[in-house]
Amino acid sequence: MKFLDKIRPPVIVWLALVLPTVAFADDWQLPQLMHILAQNKARKATFVEKKFIGILDRPIESSGDLSFTAPDKLVKRTLKPKSELLILNGDILTIDQPGKNRMTVSLQEHPEVSAFIESIRGTLAGDRSALENLYTLKLTGSPSQWQLILTPKQARLSNIFSRILIGGSDADVKTIDLDQRDGDHSEMVITKVADR
Amino acid sequence: MKQNMRPLIMVVWLAILLACALVIARTKFVSDLSAFMPKAPSERQQLLVDQFRDGIISRLIMIGIEGGDAAGRARLSHELANKLRNTGLFVGVQNGDPATEQRDRAYFFDNRYLLSPDITPQRFSVQGLHAAISNSIDSLSGDAGLILKKLIPRDPTGETLQLLGRFNGNNQPKSMDGAWASRDGKRAVLLAYTRAAGTDTDAQSRAINTVRQVFNGIPDRKAGTRIVMSGTSVFTVKSRNTIEGEVARLASASLLLVICLLLLVYRSTKLLALGLLPVLSGALVGITAVSLNFGQVHGLTLGFGTTLIGEAVDYSIYFYLQQARKTHPGIFWRTIWLGVATSIAGFAALLFSGFPGLAQLGLYSISGLIAAAVVTRYVLPTLLPRQLKLRDLSRPGLALDSVLNRATRMRWVVAVLVLAAGGIILAHADNIWNRNLSTLSPISKADQQLDLQLRSDLGAPDLRFMVAFTAPSEEQALQDAEKTGIVLHGLVKNHVLAGFNSPAFVLPSLASQHARQAALPDSVQAPQRLRQALEGLPVKMERLQGFLSDLQAARARKPLLRADLDGTSAALLVDSLLVRRAGDYLVLMPLRALDGSVDHPIDLDRVQAALQSTRLPHIFVIDLLEESTSLFENYRHEVMLLSELGCLVIFALLLVALKSATRTLKVVAPLVCAVICVTAVILLSGTQLNILHLVGLLLVVAIGSNYALFFESGRQTGTPAEHRQMQVSLVVANFTTVGSFGILGLSSIPVLSSIGTTVSLGTLFALVFSAILSRGKIGLTSS
Repeated sequence: MKFLDKIRPPVIVWLALVLPTVAFADDWQLPQLMHILAQNKARKATFVEKKFIGILDRPIESSGDLSFTAPDKLVKRTLKPKSELLILNGDILTIDQPGKNRMTVSLQEHPEVSAFIESIRGTLAGDRSALENLYTLKLTGSPSQWQLILTPKQARLSNIFSRILIGGSDADVKTIDLDQRDGDHSEMVITKVADR
Repeated sequence: MKQNMRPLIMVVWLAILLACALVIARTKFVSDLSAFMPKAPSERQQLLVDQFRDGIISRLIMIGIEGGDAAGRARLSHELANKLRNTGLFVGVQNGDPATEQRDRAYFFDNRYLLSPDITPQRFSVQGLHAAISNSIDSLSGDAGLILKKLIPRDPTGETLQLLGRFNGNNQPKSMDGAWASRDGKRAVLLAYTRAAGTDTDAQSRAINTVRQVFNGIPDRKAGTRIVMSGTSVFTVKSRNTIEGEVARLASASLLLVICLLLLVYRSTKLLALGLLPVLSGALVGITAVSLNFGQVHGLTLGFGTTLIGEAVDYSIYFYLQQARKTHPGIFWRTIWLGVATSIAGFAALLFSGFPGLAQLGLYSISGLIAAAVVTRYVLPTLLPRQLKLRDLSRPGLALDSVLNRATRMRWVVAVLVLAAGGIILAHADNIWNRNLSTLSPISKADQQLDLQLRSDLGAPDLRFMVAFTAPSEEQALQDAEKTGIVLHGLVKNHVLAGFNSPAFVLPSLASQHARQAALPDSVQAPQRLRQALEGLPVKMERLQGFLSDLQAARARKPLLRADLDGTSAALLVDSLLVRRAGDYLVLMPLRALDGSVDHPIDLDRVQAALQSTRLPHIFVIDLLEESTSLFENYRHEVMLLSELGCLVIFALLLVALKSATRTLKVVAPLVCAVICVTAVILLSGTQLNILHLVGLLLVVAIGSNYALFFESGRQTGTPAEHRQMQVSLVVANFTTVGSFGILGLSSIPVLSSIGTTVSLGTLFALVFSAILSRGKIGLTSS
């Protein structure tokens, strides 16, 4: 027993460290996802987005890149077919289109304009409270293949779109789909650019 | 004076007073600040003053609701706005309510084909349509695509977005819970536009009270919620109330002071009443003269002028004292007339001032002073009791004399004081003058701060830079605005400006509207062209039927008129930028500097040069800040020049009357010393001098010259006892002046307090220095 007396404290410490993960391993929950996502302080990715719009005979495709800097700066640069630069920094969304005046919009004032890009930023930042300001969150799947469902809370948003589906694997966000009320929808595929 | 002249004099005097009373009964008394705003000398400055006084800016009341939570403030904002709209006192009340925003959007969307400058025949050719529609489809790829797609079926060429793009950068107020809110979100903000003209101060006052009453009457209003207001009309009403209140209060305070002093000296109510007669007659004559010349009398003129001619009380004091002795009336009157003349020379400088208020003051004082002196000379003697019993002042006279005798030995103190004061002035040499016109405004710093905040909360246009011109008709004005807009647009592209505003943005000229209607294809051409234009594009013709019918509706409709804007916020824009005047229309086109920063200047020379190409005869670009600063500088130079001239005339008068350079210098020296010392004291107190301090200094010379003259002339003649009497009367007279101007100095109205402090201090210095420098050692030999 003298031997056991010696090893007991380390074992207890070890158990204390391991147990939570073991206990919740098959019950994949929001705090874990948010925690993992929040580890990334900066990331870059490219995106390809397809919009399926009823009045158009075929989907329109756009592409560009995304870059996120913790805690709350997201730059979405569309290169094709028309260049556009969106910067969401704190509460302020800045929209730059060549040949036009720069436009700034406050997130709080015009959520319908910036709700979509805010959902991307909130997810990349692992900022649960920011997401929950606008959406009800539901997580399904496993750590290696998860899906986060965002349902808008405010009527002015839910009148426009019914939900946003964000799919990913571990800390990487892979797809963002948006379903509009009128049946139109968009699909975005995100590819991580390796850090150097 | 012959006995048989007495009835005649009385009749003439009473008749004049009666005539004055009749004129005064019909006189309009005003107490707004316009009389103390400089009369603008140049056409462009006059235009600004007009716009400030009559334009929409003078009719805007900015309202803030504070306290409680955002939702509660929004509810109060909606209730207040609805109730105010029903009072009929306001042409419009805006608070960012969804209904108005809906109307605004509808106005731009429904009228896009008449409003957009992009509507040309080329745009509706097959190639034009193809380019515009494929551009719109590409726009759908952007982040806003899912919202913009709604516009495509009726507006595939993207006219609505083009139109709205012109307004980007115009600051809109923030919106919270469906109502406008301040930048920090702590205040709901509204904009009310009165039906009554800005110049109708009574109506403005009613409107402001109505806003307050309606707000207080809102049911279930949470405790702690309150309303704040600002704007030109709020300032006007507030300053009028201040001026009215203060003028009455100050005038009665100084009258009371004068009465007390006179009672102290005369100890006789009869003599007191007689002593006030010259002043009262002077006041009546003064008001009449101003009324006849200017058509109205300003409250400040009244308050001030009466203090100024309070100097006339001195005449009756001197007169009584002399009358009691019955000696040397000739010398006595010569000195009085010389005193009157020097005072008039000083006040006359005011007559030529560009401030109508100061000119009124000058005329009032001159006519009042002459009347008072004449009444003292010709009317008072006929009314005086045969046996004038004056209180024996020989004891205080002797006491004063011994003090003054000691004072004569204090010349070195004066020298040291003046040297020190001169040093202080030199040390402040770089910032003696306050160049800001607003220092003359009676509006408190806190109120000015609130005004600034509400202005920025409401995104009120920054009116510092603007292009202005006039036109004979509304149509011509709008056409010229469009012509100018093309030039300004070029400057925006070349990064000279960030942007501009124009009434034609929301109300194009009829000519432009007709041209745009003519550019739209008819019901046969339109489907043909659209079919060809859609080749290769992912949109089917069937989906764009709304577009085709909208085009035909736009072709057939009546052109837009001002009345079509009613109920939208664009109405306010047109009314403020297109001002209907007596004979013409004034167009204002505010410019936005790059950076959006207020301090960032615009290259106005370049703008002016570019505007030459419009060939409009009277078009110019103004920097309001620069303009008002230079206006102030001009007035400072003007008042400076007039003061110098006034002093020069006084000097010349003294030289001629005294016939001796040494004697003149003896009179002038204490005045110069007084002016130097007062200036130093004002600067030491941390105040920069403004125009009215300068006027005050001129008055110090004009009034102070009397003391110096009496001290100086006292040396020449008379018995020691008379000198002592004269000295007592001088000191009493000085105390009335110092006291009544001192009371003005306590006023919260800068116009009054600047002159009040300067004159009360200055005349006190003038008396002391005159006693020390001008007086001879007569007392010693006789006592």
